[in-house]
Amino acid sequence: MTGEPLIRARGLVKRFGDFTAVDGIDVEVRAGEAFGFLGPNGAGKSSTMRMVGCISPPSGGELRILGMDPVRDGPAIRARLGVCPQLDNLDPELTVRENLTTYARYFGIPRRVARERAAELLDFVQLGERADSRVDPLSGGMKRRLTIARALVNEPDIVLLDEPTTGLDPQARHLVWERLFRLKQQGVTLVLTTHYMDEAEQLCDRLVVMDGGRIVAEGSPRELIERHSTREVVELRFAAESQEAFAGKLAGLGERVEVLPDRVLLYVADGDAAVAEVAALGLTPATVLVRRSSLEDVFLQLTGRTLVD
Amino acid sequence: MLTLVLPRLVGVPAASRRAASVTERNVAALKPVYWLLLASGFVEPLLYLFSIGVGVGALVGDLTLPGGQVVTYAAFVAPAMLASSAMTGALAETSFNLFGKMKYMRLYDGVIATPVRPFEIALGELGWAMVRGGAYSAAFLLVMVAMGLTGAVRALVAFPAAVLVGFAFGALGMALATFLRSWQDFDLLASVQFALFLFSGTFVPATTYPAALRWLVEVTPLYRSVHLVRGVALADGGWSWLLDVAYLLVATGLGLLVAARRMERLLYR
Repeated sequence: MTGEPLIRARGLVKRFGDFTAVDGIDVEVRAGEAFGFLGPNGAGKSSTMRMVGCISPPSGGELRILGMDPVRDGPAIRARLGVCPQLDNLDPELTVRENLTTYARYFGIPRRVARERAAELLDFVQLGERADSRVDPLSGGMKRRLTIARALVNEPDIVLLDEPTTGLDPQARHLVWERLFRLKQQGVTLVLTTHYMDEAEQLCDRLVVMDGGRIVAEGSPRELIERHSTREVVELRFAAESQEAFAGKLAGLGERVEVLPDRVLLYVADGDAAVAEVAALGLTPATVLVRRSSLEDVFLQLTGRTLVD
Repeated sequence: MLTLVLPRLVGVPAASRRAASVTERNVAALKPVYWLLLASGFVEPLLYLFSIGVGVGALVGDLTLPGGQVVTYAAFVAPAMLASSAMTGALAETSFNLFGKMKYMRLYDGVIATPVRPFEIALGELGWAMVRGGAYSAAFLLVMVAMGLTGAVRALVAFPAAVLVGFAFGALGMALATFLRSWQDFDLLASVQFALFLFSGTFVPATTYPAALRWLVEVTPLYRSVHLVRGVALADGGWSWLLDVAYLLVATGLGLLVAARRMERLLYR
């Protein structure tokens, strides 16, 4: 492996008419890395992914993928990408197996190889028993797994996953995560977007936080938390209608106080000590929770908003 | 930014291989229900041939062609039915199905993530429409030969002519499909198609129309198609078929270019 990044963007811009979806971002993804774009809906994550997937021409800036130009060398680049889009676009007129073999043919993979790979991949995503089923009766989680399998049919150098677990129930999400983690262990370069901080924490070696088309922070999940948040967070929920009234009394406690509609967050180094201080002030919240800082807190600190609205 | 460049000569093998993979997908998607739909496309022109060509033909009697040749009315109508069934088959496959695949099944959103480009999707879909259209034409020609409406050798020449008709209408249909907004728009397309079917020199020689109308009719694609197939099947019209072939080739090329460019704009957002 050379040090040449697989994806390199400089001042990358995507505009739709007057609307700027991606507003000059710099990104580098290296081989073997699991790289994430974390941000709320509308942050420009999917537009970025489409540009990287060579199905959306950039409106400005520079983009190189696998050392090539996405506009000129689209087919050559796409031949080495695996794409799992946000919305499943499986072929409803084909069976589960045919979805893989047909897709393989789009890459010019010989029929025999396509059949072998389809069988292997169906085992990998645990859909072997549904091989001859149509796509429609599959559950959301199964469809997503099939789409992931489809993205692997050309043995790609980079796998792009746009919101891989959005809309899945917790059990289905864990199954997808587990499969993606295996890919990561096999050394496949993963690029994913998500608005779930737990997903980003579990899967990403490095990530950028996006908001309003810009990158607001970059680093490993741990670095981001250390840089932009405290070690611990105390969540206080007061029984009253407004949390604001209590927040005022908490000022000066810990590094920062964040007031949300339904709770107050105290950013502190030592959670238990802070809880004791709250009690000493004579306040009696309905519930108290001490937890470690997460990427959610990083996002809140950086943008003043929560990730999932 | 993404202007359509015709596949450069070096890229032709890869491009045609990718287009073929799109055709192949349709073969894989062939299911029993679909066969019934396919059968209807074959039966329809036969119904017209028997009801009008043979039935009405018994009242009309024989016809004198511009070249002086005298033929039965059924022999006059049959090549027109061949041409219009090639049109119908190609239009159904490209316009209706392409629209459904693009807008509702979102099939091509998945395909463009592979090396396959919109131009190759268009080419592959057209190739598939031609497999279907070609089968219709071959079957219909067999019936014509069996009924003595054309000779076996003439039928062999008429076959590629009918395929060319299919290519032209398939490409035009595809280009049209990229402009349609909803299924309602297809009613309009169906009306235009039916008007063409009735007035393209299919049942009545265009020479019987008033001069102004005749010119209008003679520039429509189905007229050129009927003229070509009839000329070949009945050995009438001298070298004027060359004009028809040129017309249909241009229509095919234009249709493909417009379709590919529009698909590029719709898919590469």
